[in-house]
Amino acid sequence: MNPLFIEKKPERLIEKDGTRIDGRKPDEMRSIRMEVGPLKKANGSAYLEWGGNAVLAGVYGPREVHPRHMALPDRALLRCRYSLAPFSVPERKRPGPDRRSVELSKVIREALLPSVFAEKYPNTSIDIFIEVLRADAGTRVAGVSAASLALSDAGIPLRGLVAACATGRVGDSILLDLGHEEDMWGDADLPLAMLMETKEITLLQADGTLSPEQFKQALDLALKGCEHVYKIQIEALKRPYVSVRRELEEG
Amino acid sequence: MALEEGIASSLLRQHLLRLAERGERKDNRAFDELRPISIREGVFTKGEGEAWVSLGKTQVLVALKANVGEPFSDTPDRGVLITNAELLPLASPSFEPGPPREKAIEIARVVDRAFRGSGAIDLSNMVLEEGKLVWILFLDMYALDFDGNLFDAMTLASLLALIRARLPLVEVGSEGRPITVEGQKVAAPLTNYPLNFSFAKIGKHLMLDPDLEEEAGSDGLLTLGLDKDLNICSIQKRKGTFMVEEIHKVAEIARSKYPELASQFIEREIERD
Repeated sequence: MNPLFIEKKPERLIEKDGTRIDGRKPDEMRSIRMEVGPLKKANGSAYLEWGGNAVLAGVYGPREVHPRHMALPDRALLRCRYSLAPFSVPERKRPGPDRRSVELSKVIREALLPSVFAEKYPNTSIDIFIEVLRADAGTRVAGVSAASLALSDAGIPLRGLVAACATGRVGDSILLDLGHEEDMWGDADLPLAMLMETKEITLLQADGTLSPEQFKQALDLALKGCEHVYKIQIEALKRPYVSVRRELEEG
Repeated sequence: MALEEGIASSLLRQHLLRLAERGERKDNRAFDELRPISIREGVFTKGEGEAWVSLGKTQVLVALKANVGEPFSDTPDRGVLITNAELLPLASPSFEPGPPREKAIEIARVVDRAFRGSGAIDLSNMVLEEGKLVWILFLDMYALDFDGNLFDAMTLASLLALIRARLPLVEVGSEGRPITVEGQKVAAPLTNYPLNFSFAKIGKHLMLDPDLEEEAGSDGLLTLGLDKDLNICSIQKRKGTFMVEEIHKVAEIARSKYPELASQFIEREIERD
């Protein structure tokens, strides 16, 4: 890493009154904006801004599998590529997959797979592409949330939407939706994704120590975050139709 | 085609579920029972520390190699830990030669997270000259024989390799060159003892330490890491779905198992030092 991009650890990540370094309360999320269908060629797509993150998700399929030998005779093959753009981080990242993005692609695929009626499309593939254009902590949960919208936009039958959110620990405080500094210098983080229709957890990771009590608190808080994300997802899915309806009504 | 991808896995699932409904597992283990663990003694590598561990029919060999070199420029005051998992083609008919792919990368990163998340290796204690010279530890994890749950086997073997490790004593000589002090060895700066516990979910049943068939026929897989104070230090949901209560159940089972495993394998190893 170039010395140009070395960041200094802030003196405090959280004030005594619980105010966080970016001014949020412990259980406050960053602002989120979602848009469905920004891409015209993809079968489904979504664009999402979440705090300082910007993520684009595109879905192709169900379509013929290439290479053919990967096809599954009893269900669709779900593939996922999570990718950080070279310009998404302070110091340019070398393009192409690294170990982190290989792992994230895998856990994101596993987060979305339970929501898809894959058995309806044997011998096909459903390909999900997630491009992080600007990264600012929580890109995997942003990616999952965007990709689930894109799957829905593609008209692929789903059991429901998958919403995702991360919590973490800074000192003794459990915080919702870690920001950049909290992610970098905090003590633990816990990304979670949930199939909201059935309350099944489809992604769960943890890094850093959490006592049993802290873990329970962090998990509960992440669920609250998912509820919030879910509302925004639904609103974003409906929005294009709301404007169509308005146009019709206005004649 | 690997077992977990075939149609066979749904037949396997039915079979395992039928057993589970009767409270049974295919090898007669209790749901919260690990397969027998044994450690093969001997000298197998030129590593500074090593462990060959069997977990049932799964066998792994982990060797720790140490080197000195430049730190990462964003962490000039820290040593470096690099984990790498190799799924050797001799370990399973479904493993192929070539650079690590998704499966191997996930294992390496999950083991890495257990150590890093628990702060088990005191990286700040691995600095010879700040910004210039630090210890670089490589954990090379070899799957030798694959019958499921490489995660737990490789974590235990890594921990044993770290406990057993004897690094040469190095001093910084003139012009910042490293010099090894003859005949003197030091232990790796290990401050915690993380262990991973993997679970398969079959129907509503949670089973510790799934073997290959249980992994393949499972509805969900999850690996949870605990440190010596029974804090959670890492989690990876690997497959399927889990309900919130099931996550808490898994954590509870793992917490009940850690002391037993620690007293059997870790404490003995530390005493031997």
